[in-house]
Amino acid sequence: MKLNFAKANIDFLGQRRIALVVSLVLIVGSLLLLGFRGLNFGIDFTGGTLIEVGYPEAVELEEVRNQLEVGGFGRATVQYFGTSRDVLIRLAPREGENTAELSEQVLEVLRSGGPAGVELRRVEFVGPQVGEELREQGGLAMIYALFGILIYVALRFEWRFSVGAVAALVHDVIITLGIFSLFWLEFDLSVLAAVLAVIGYSLNDTIVVYDRIRENFRKLRKQTAERVMNISVNETLARTIITGVTTLLVLLALYLLGGAVIQNFALALIIGIVVGTYSSIYVAAAVALVMGVDRSVMLPVKKEGAELDERP
Amino acid sequence: MNQYPYWKYVLIVVVVLVGVIYSLPNLYPEDPVVQVANSTTDVVDADTRLQIQAVLEGRGVEVKSTEFDGAQFMLRFNSADDQLLAADILRTALPGNHVVGLNLAPATPGWLRAINARPMSLGLDLRGGVHFLMEVDMDAVADNIYERYTSEFRTQLRDARIRYLSVERDDSGVHVRFADADSRDEALRVLRREYRGDLDFRTTQSGEVFRLSGTVTSDYLTAQRRLALQQNITTLRNRVDELGVAEPVIQQQGEDRIVVQLPGVQDTARAKEILGATATLEFRLVDENNDPFAAAQSGRAPANSRLYFERDGTPVLLQRQVMLTGDFINDASSGIAQDSGSPAVFINLDAQGARIFSRVTGENVGRLMGVVFIETSTETVEEDGELVRRTVRTEEVINVARIQEQLGRRFQITGLESTREARNLALLLRAGALAAPMSIVEERTVGPSLGRDNIERGFNSVAIGFVLVLIFMALYYRVFGLVANVALTLNLILIVAILSMLQATLTLPGIAGIVLTVGMAVDANVLIFERIREELRNGNSPQAAIKAGYDRAFSTIADANITTLIAALVLFMFGTGPIKGFAITLSIGILVSMFTAIVVTRGIINLTYGRQRRLKTLAI
Repeated sequence: MKLNFAKANIDFLGQRRIALVVSLVLIVGSLLLLGFRGLNFGIDFTGGTLIEVGYPEAVELEEVRNQLEVGGFGRATVQYFGTSRDVLIRLAPREGENTAELSEQVLEVLRSGGPAGVELRRVEFVGPQVGEELREQGGLAMIYALFGILIYVALRFEWRFSVGAVAALVHDVIITLGIFSLFWLEFDLSVLAAVLAVIGYSLNDTIVVYDRIRENFRKLRKQTAERVMNISVNETLARTIITGVTTLLVLLALYLLGGAVIQNFALALIIGIVVGTYSSIYVAAAVALVMGVDRSVMLPVKKEGAELDERP
Repeated sequence: MNQYPYWKYVLIVVVVLVGVIYSLPNLYPEDPVVQVANSTTDVVDADTRLQIQAVLEGRGVEVKSTEFDGAQFMLRFNSADDQLLAADILRTALPGNHVVGLNLAPATPGWLRAINARPMSLGLDLRGGVHFLMEVDMDAVADNIYERYTSEFRTQLRDARIRYLSVERDDSGVHVRFADADSRDEALRVLRREYRGDLDFRTTQSGEVFRLSGTVTSDYLTAQRRLALQQNITTLRNRVDELGVAEPVIQQQGEDRIVVQLPGVQDTARAKEILGATATLEFRLVDENNDPFAAAQSGRAPANSRLYFERDGTPVLLQRQVMLTGDFINDASSGIAQDSGSPAVFINLDAQGARIFSRVTGENVGRLMGVVFIETSTETVEEDGELVRRTVRTEEVINVARIQEQLGRRFQITGLESTREARNLALLLRAGALAAPMSIVEERTVGPSLGRDNIERGFNSVAIGFVLVLIFMALYYRVFGLVANVALTLNLILIVAILSMLQATLTLPGIAGIVLTVGMAVDANVLIFERIREELRNGNSPQAAIKAGYDRAFSTIADANITTLIAALVLFMFGTGPIKGFAITLSIGILVSMFTAIVVTRGIINLTYGRQRRLKTLAI
C-alpha cells in the first residue's frame, strides 16, 4: 500500500492567507465562546460532589430524581453515564453543610426505596478551595509548558521559529477549548491532561517540519524562503499524515471502548490532534515565514558544523 | 554493509530478556487473601496461627497456602467466596485485638519473586478504594499553643509568687493583666527566661491596668505546625493500621495537607469517621461545693470550675484543674463492664500517667470524678458570603463516678451509648489523638465493580488500538512495517517491565498514557521509513538508503521527542495524582520508543538486509 505523497506539491504557503482567515475565524469564535459561555468545568475545578451509582437493570432518571427530591436533594442533577444502568448524580457545593458526608446521605436515600440493587460505583468530592487551586495550577502548567517549549525551540532553532511553534500551539489549545465550550463537553482534570498532551503532540509535528525546513535551507540555496518551506512541508506531509492516522486509530479505540470515564479525554486528544496536524501544516511554517525567517537567520546554526554542504 | 557490532545485538537480546522476565509477573492473576494482624503485640504468635488454621479446617474452608512475614499472617484462598467466609469466621473466632483484613495478593511464582520481579500495583481507579485529601486546620495549632500557655502562665506566676489580675487568651496571644508595673516587670523577667525564642513579649498600659502580652514567634509557630502535621500523619497511620487496610498510602502534600489512599476499602463512612475524628478524654474532679443547676441557669460557673453537661443534659460542675489528660493513655480496648453489663472501654496508662493518676486519685478517695469526652470535627459554614471552615469542639461528660480507691495503671470507663461507640473510642484512644483537627477537602471513591470495568475497558482499548496500528503498519510498510511491529510489541513489554520494576501504580490515565505512546511510538519508525523511501526515490541504493534514512531521521526524532518530554515533565511537576501517572507512562514510553524504534528496528533490518551486497529492492 502506498499513497501518493511522493509527488505531493501543494502550495501550502501560497494558501496562507486563506489559512490565516480560517484560523482567525476559529480562534476569534473560540475566544468569544470561552469569554461569553465559558467552559463546562467538572467538579475537579468547581468543587462539589459527584456520585456514580449502578443498577442491575435500566432505570428511569425520573424515578431517581423523584427519590432524591423526597430525600431532600432536589437540587441534584441526574444523568445517565455511559449506559442506562449507570447514573451520575452531581451536587454543587453549598454553604453550611458538611460536604464530605453528602455522598453517604445520598446513597442512603437511594437505598431506602426505588429500584433495588443500587450499588456505589464512584464518589468524587472536591472542596471548593481545592477546585480553585486546580484551576490555577492547570493554567500555570499550560503556561510553563509553553515557556519551556519556547526556550527549547529558540535554542535548538531560532527565536522566529519558536514564535511560530508557540503560535501554532496556542492556536491548537484555543480551538480545542473552543470546541469543548461549543458542545458544552465537560472539562475535567483528564481533559486538561489531554490538552497538555496535545501541546506535546502538535509540537512534535511542528518540529519535524521545522527540522526539514532547516535542512532544506542548507541544501536548496537558490530557492526563495517560501519555496523552501513549501517543499519542506510537502516532503514531510506523508509522515505528518501517517503518524496522525496511527495515533487517531488508537484514540478512536480508546474513545469507543475505554468507557465513559475516559471518553472526554480521548475526544479532547482527537480534536487536538486533528487541529494540531492542520496547524503544523498551515500555521507553524506560515508564522515563521511572516516573522521573516529566511536563509540568513539560519547562519548561526551553520557554525555548529555541517559546513561541507555549503561549498558551491 | 549495514551491520551492528556484536555487542549491540547482545545488548538488544539482554534488554529483551530482562523486559520479558520483569513484565511476566503481570500475567499471573491475584489470589484473594485474608491478612491477620495483632494490634497489641504487633506479632501474630504461633499458637494463634495454629488456631486460625484449625478453625478454618473445622469449618471446611480450604486454604490455598499461608505465609508469615514475622508480624502478619496471610492466608491465600482459591476463590473470593472462600476468602469472605474465612474472614467472617476469623472475625468472630479471634480475640478483639486481632485485625482481619481482606486483600488481593499477586500469585507470582517463587523464582520471579526471588529476583524481585513483581507486578505493577493497580491504582484505586482500577481496583477500587478510597482517596482522601485532608487539610489540617493550622489556626487550631496556634490556638492550642495559646491554650497551653494560658495555664502555664498561671502556674509560673503562682510559683514565682507574682500577683496578677487575670490571664486571658485571644487570637493574637496570651494577655496577663497586673495591678502595678513592678509585678508586670517581674513577670516579664520570669516568663521571658522561660519562653525565650518561643514567645515575643510586649507591655502596654491603659489607665491603672498594666498588661503583658505574649505572642508566639513565627519560627516557633512554623515548627509547631510542621510538628502537628507530622503527628497527624503518624496518628492517621496508626488509625489506618487499626482499620486493617492493606497497602495504604499516607503522605504529606504541600504545607498543610495529607493524602490518604485506602485501596479496597468499601465502608467509606467508617473510614471517614475514624480518620477525621479527634477524640480524647480528660479526667476532672467534680466541684461538689456549688450547685450545677444554678450555674447552668445563670450560665456562669464559679471561679476554678467549668460548667459541663452530661449526655442527658444534666449540668455538672468540674474543676478547672485537669487530673489527667488522654495523652498518657497507651492502650485501650473495648468490651462489656463486668458489673453493669454496659459497654465499656478498658484503659491502660503509661508509667508517668499511672504515677500521676494514682497520686491524684489516692488524694481524693471518696470524691466524685468526671470523665470528659472531647471530640473535634470541622464543618464548613457561610459567613458574610464567604465559605469559612470552623472547628467544632464537643465536650461531654460521659461518666461521673465516686473514686472508690486509688486507681492505677488499668481501669475501666462506662457511660457509652453503644458497643460501636465503645469500639471507636477505644480505637481513637489507642491510635492517639490528632494534633490539630482536619477536614476532608477532596474525596475519590471507586467501587470494586467500576474498578473491574475500568481494567477490562482499559485493557480492551489498549489491545484493539494496538492491533489496529499493527495492521496499518504491516499494510503500509510491508516488511519494514512488520519490523516496526516487533519494535512496537517490545515497546509495550518494556514499558510494562519498567513500570513493574519501579513499582509504579497503574491508573486509568496511566493506561491512556500507554495507549497514546503506542500511537506516537510508531512516529519514529514512520519518520525513518519515509526517509528511506525518499532516499530510494532519489536514486540511492537500498543499503545506502537504509543508512541515510536512519542517520538523517535521528536528529528529527530526538528533537521531536525531547520537546514532548518537556511537556511530560511539566505535567509531572504541576499535575496531581492521576495526571502524574499519565506523565510518567508517557515519559517512559517516549524513552523506550527511542530505543525500540531506532536501535531494535535497525538491528532487525541489519540482520535481514545488511549482508546482501546485491540488494536491489526493499519491501517498504
